[in-house]
Amino acid sequence: MELTGAEIVVQSLIEEGVEHLFGYPGGAVLHIYDALEQQEKLQHILVRHEQAATHAADGYARSTGKPGVVLVTSGPGATNAVTGIATAYMDSIPMVVLTGQVPRALIGNDAFQEVDSVGITRPVVKHNFLVEDIKDLATIIKKAFFLATTGRPGPVVVDIPKDITAQKTEFSYPREINIRSYSPTIPSIKGHSAELKKAYELIMEAKKPMIYTGGGVILSNASEQLIKFAQMLGAPVTNTLMGLGAYPANDKQFVGMLGMHGTYEANMSMHHSDVLIAIGARFDDRVTGNLEKFCPDARIVHVDIDPASISKNVKVDVAIVGDVGEVVGELNKLIEASDQRMESSALASWWQQIEEWRAQDCLKYNANTGTIKPQFVIEKLHEVTKGDAFVTSDVGQHQMFAAQYYGFNKPRRWINSGGLGTMGFGLPAAMGVQLAHPGAQVACVTGEGSIQMCIQELATCTQYGLPVKIINLNNGFLGMVRQWQEFFYDRRYASSYMDSLPDFVALAEAYGHVGIRVDKPEDVVPALEDAYGKYKDRVVFIDFMIDREENVYPMIPAGAGLNEMILV
Amino acid sequence: MKQKHIISLLLENESGALSRVAGLFSARAYNIESLSVAPTDDETLSRMTIVTSGTEEIVEQIIKQLNKLVDVVKLIDLTESEHIERELMLAKVEAIGAARDEVKRLVDIFHGRIVDVTDTTYTVEISDTGEKLDAFLSSLSSIKIHEVVRSGAIGITNGENVLAC
Repeated sequence: MELTGAEIVVQSLIEEGVEHLFGYPGGAVLHIYDALEQQEKLQHILVRHEQAATHAADGYARSTGKPGVVLVTSGPGATNAVTGIATAYMDSIPMVVLTGQVPRALIGNDAFQEVDSVGITRPVVKHNFLVEDIKDLATIIKKAFFLATTGRPGPVVVDIPKDITAQKTEFSYPREINIRSYSPTIPSIKGHSAELKKAYELIMEAKKPMIYTGGGVILSNASEQLIKFAQMLGAPVTNTLMGLGAYPANDKQFVGMLGMHGTYEANMSMHHSDVLIAIGARFDDRVTGNLEKFCPDARIVHVDIDPASISKNVKVDVAIVGDVGEVVGELNKLIEASDQRMESSALASWWQQIEEWRAQDCLKYNANTGTIKPQFVIEKLHEVTKGDAFVTSDVGQHQMFAAQYYGFNKPRRWINSGGLGTMGFGLPAAMGVQLAHPGAQVACVTGEGSIQMCIQELATCTQYGLPVKIINLNNGFLGMVRQWQEFFYDRRYASSYMDSLPDFVALAEAYGHVGIRVDKPEDVVPALEDAYGKYKDRVVFIDFMIDREENVYPMIPAGAGLNEMILV
Repeated sequence: MKQKHIISLLLENESGALSRVAGLFSARAYNIESLSVAPTDDETLSRMTIVTSGTEEIVEQIIKQLNKLVDVVKLIDLTESEHIERELMLAKVEAIGAARDEVKRLVDIFHGRIVDVTDTTYTVEISDTGEKLDAFLSSLSSIKIHEVVRSGAIGITNGENVLAC
């Protein structure tokens, strides 16, 4: 059957099982929008800014594991999408972004709304394509989905010149795709057997084992294997910011998040461990602190799907390249097949040591100051949502408070921009999550700084009936910037004071939502209960007027090791 | 310790492939001493040779990151094994008086050719390793060099091993 390029785009997305497409129309994609209008399988979500389209698709992807799909126009449509593409790239999120391009005859002529989208996005995509011939269009879209979702996932951009969307050709969507230069399953997806054996032997020698896991466990849906692995070994587990929820926070073997704002017990256990088992994590600088001082006594096993992550920052002793779930499954088989276990007396004294660190209670805070503590709001959010909400966040202090205090017991519930640290991510991401999980409780934990970076999306929530709850921790400061200025710049609060804030309650109401301002600690729980109770089908914006100069503790200052935390 | 490496790779012969490689080196602050690229006997493939230098860890990362690029089909670090390295140089040098004989003598020693002659200049062509080309230029000592054009190195392994799809 002969279809236009625009119809091929739409049919290909349907073939890929795409149900929701986040986008914003413009000249170069008008044919595609026209084709979208004439079908009913694929729902288009009109955002209010292209950045939000990518973040919404990202939230959709993170909460479901399916690729997020975006359609934007050429020029500014594409450049506005770049921040969201880079956000997905840094966190290895599967995403396919279709960008319109000026007609082929105009490419390179500085045409209206022309940019080199392939050039601009190249450093922040797994791969990208410029479609040069309509005959390649369906194959390229197939390749884009294949690349985005296999191996280490990531965003893929497909740039489509307008004239191609108007041309016609025979359409058949390819069943299989082969890219000769891309083999996500080599080396063996289950890991090399000799390396598996070496890892197993090294683990069994451990007296102070430590399991450190990252976003890879979530991407690979490997929580079950991880829980089994950790519980067979009886070793402590820490998760990175990207890995929260992969191991249940309420389990006694969980010692909290590690890194710059991790718990004392997690960082001390890392520092003093003798065998470190890193799974789907990449030794990010916010995790390791000073590399010279990182885990001085540990021999390290590293499991990762990306060979380039191995020994990039920290030299490791045993490296297993493969799918995290498969590899940990194989390790579990080795452990099950043998009677050998770690030396139990050594493990017992290791736990005794860890419990001493845990007894420091590094996350304690004084809730009785008469002001609303941000930590308290997050704890109450957990209680009211029974720990079962999808929590998205923006970037800053509120993000760390949410990570530290919510207590994620399931994977894909904590949705945040860990790698790029993108303010403005939270609200659109929450829309994507809510769209994918219509009945679920969704909270966007944000601050008065971050929320204003994508606040226009309150209108999108109205249009599509996405009842997300906005938990605005309002301290009138760009809190994390202010915290650093307090610590390292003699309290010179350069441009970190948020002046001229809008009346968020009135603003929410102007968009047709429910707005609630909370000034007193005793009003925190009732407001949250209303949000998830009588207003559960509405968007609710709760403006919590919190303690203005609360800091995020514990903290590892720049240049320090994991054992050199500031506790309070 | 920093060492020179010659990385030879087969690349999809597609628009943008070259910039993916060049972009990788600049984005990750890897050193690039020379880069040469041209199509092969298989028109779908280009062969690229990159001369870089770095510590063992850096070069390991360069190779892994290159392998990660979807357009990179195959890759070899030539310096890991016996190999042949060649670079082409064209140099226009002053050839006046005694220098006319001196340059000719040096060109013979370095197995080069004089490919263009004027009253005051010789244009010299030499194909050899990068080090030999450097040695030729420094052997000219007092003779004035007007212009130097070098192709960047290309290379191939010794023996029967081939880098092909």
